[in-house]
Amino acid sequence: MAYSDKVLDHFKNPRNVGSLDKEAKNVGTGLVGAPECGDVMRLQIEVDEVTGVISDAKFKTFGCGSAIASSSLATEWLKGKTLDEAAGIDNMDIVEELALPPVKIHCSVLAEDAIKAAINDYRTKNGLPELTDAAAASANA
Amino acid sequence: MSQRRLIYLDNNSTTPCDPRVVDTMVPYFYDKFGNAASRSHHFGWEAEDAVDYSREQIARLLNVEDKEVIFTSGATESNNLAIKGVFEMYAKKGNHIITAETEHKAVLDTCKHLEKAGAEITYLKVQEDGLVNLADLEAAIKPSTILVSLMWANNETGVIQPMAEIAKICEKHGVLFHSDATQAVGKIPTHPRETGVHLMSFTAHKMYGPKGVGALYVSRKNPRVKVTAQMDGGGHERGMRSGTLNVPGIVGFGKAAELARLEMHQDAERLGKLRDRLQAALCQLEETKVNGNEGSRMPHVTNISFKHVEGEGLMMTFNQNIAVSSGSACTSASLEPSYVLVSMGLGDDLAHSSIRFSLGRFTTDEDVDMAVKLVTDGVNHMRELSPIWEMYKEGVDLTKIEWAAH
Repeated sequence: MAYSDKVLDHFKNPRNVGSLDKEAKNVGTGLVGAPECGDVMRLQIEVDEVTGVISDAKFKTFGCGSAIASSSLATEWLKGKTLDEAAGIDNMDIVEELALPPVKIHCSVLAEDAIKAAINDYRTKNGLPELTDAAAASANA
Repeated sequence: MSQRRLIYLDNNSTTPCDPRVVDTMVPYFYDKFGNAASRSHHFGWEAEDAVDYSREQIARLLNVEDKEVIFTSGATESNNLAIKGVFEMYAKKGNHIITAETEHKAVLDTCKHLEKAGAEITYLKVQEDGLVNLADLEAAIKPSTILVSLMWANNETGVIQPMAEIAKICEKHGVLFHSDATQAVGKIPTHPRETGVHLMSFTAHKMYGPKGVGALYVSRKNPRVKVTAQMDGGGHERGMRSGTLNVPGIVGFGKAAELARLEMHQDAERLGKLRDRLQAALCQLEETKVNGNEGSRMPHVTNISFKHVEGEGLMMTFNQNIAVSSGSACTSASLEPSYVLVSMGLGDDLAHSSIRFSLGRFTTDEDVDMAVKLVTDGVNHMRELSPIWEMYKEGVDLTKIEWAAH
């Protein structure tokens, strides 16, 4: 199976690889997937507490090229977005941007899950209720 | 502009044709194009002579009679013919077949097919080192058992089964023994008669011959084995396999067998050293595991898990330069990791982290040096990206984490 140029680009030059301080109050961490399934993504966001805008995002991913590209792309998209905007990122946007084939759609789903998990971690830390699917859907609308 | 040669370390998938094989084949596409079944003219005689000679070359490699070699389209067909053919031919004697979980799909799926036709199949588990447990095998045999089908060497790990011991158990209980020897023939000595194997599948393209031609060895005496043909037609190959013979392919197969007989030992010795060097160098990396019994293994194969790195992602770091294969899910549409490694008791995580390196006649020292460098760099790069490598390095017990399986 041939990878798209965009997947190859993100795989060869992954953006925003690394870690943020997961103990910090303004950092949200999402860890999704499982080693047994061949994919683990850790996605972190740092939120500007005054503006509510994501000021930084980092990832580390154990997985195939599409999984790495999906998480790399997600960190690019997250920066500069408000939490509500971030919650509206849909896995199919990632599929479209990276031209993922059907067998790799699960990689984009995992990236969306990682984004939501990171947002929820931040919200929990800051005494906000967790996102529900409905809230995510309305943010998406 | 010079383009660097792509390094091919996937010889268990297929081998390149030896140029000496191709040279012998070429005339059979041009002047000598006859049908080996045409008994009435020169073109047919010439083709038949060529097929006979090839059959002798193959029989000599196996130390068997030439009439015991039945040509097919490849090992998948040979496996189908052997297992389905025995099941149908010996239906009165019983319906039970014993095989193992680590067999090739051509055997497993054939057995699954027969289950629908009334066969009872026992799929033996293997030990952690990939070997079949002989006590388990013997315990599985019952009065209705007609066939044991176990591979000579495994395609993913190179592990060689204890063929002579398995044959003794089959002999003791009067059960036929078939072996898928696709990965072994032409690489190590495979003498079915001396070993006690009654049917043996193999193919040309794993031994530097062409694709699309294989054979089934069928013992003619002590015991005289018969298989029911799976295709109806002109009754070629002693009635066991109808269809016009692929004469150029068979000629190439014969030449490949002759070369294997003459060069197998020197190839195996050279490749064994190269494989050992490759494996030792890659195991300098932290947290690696060699999969399969290293004492009973094909000389040109090693299967290594690089912990906390996913195999397909790892391959992407070097697949512009090196061709290997991975036991990870994502290489196939199934998303399941290698069933062979899982059957050996490897966790799914380690199965996802595995890479198979299979060397061949045309692998050079420089190829191995380059592979060591590129794979080492790739593993280090992927570990930099891996959250579970970071957690492992921080001393987190990964087994204690509640992963959200998906």
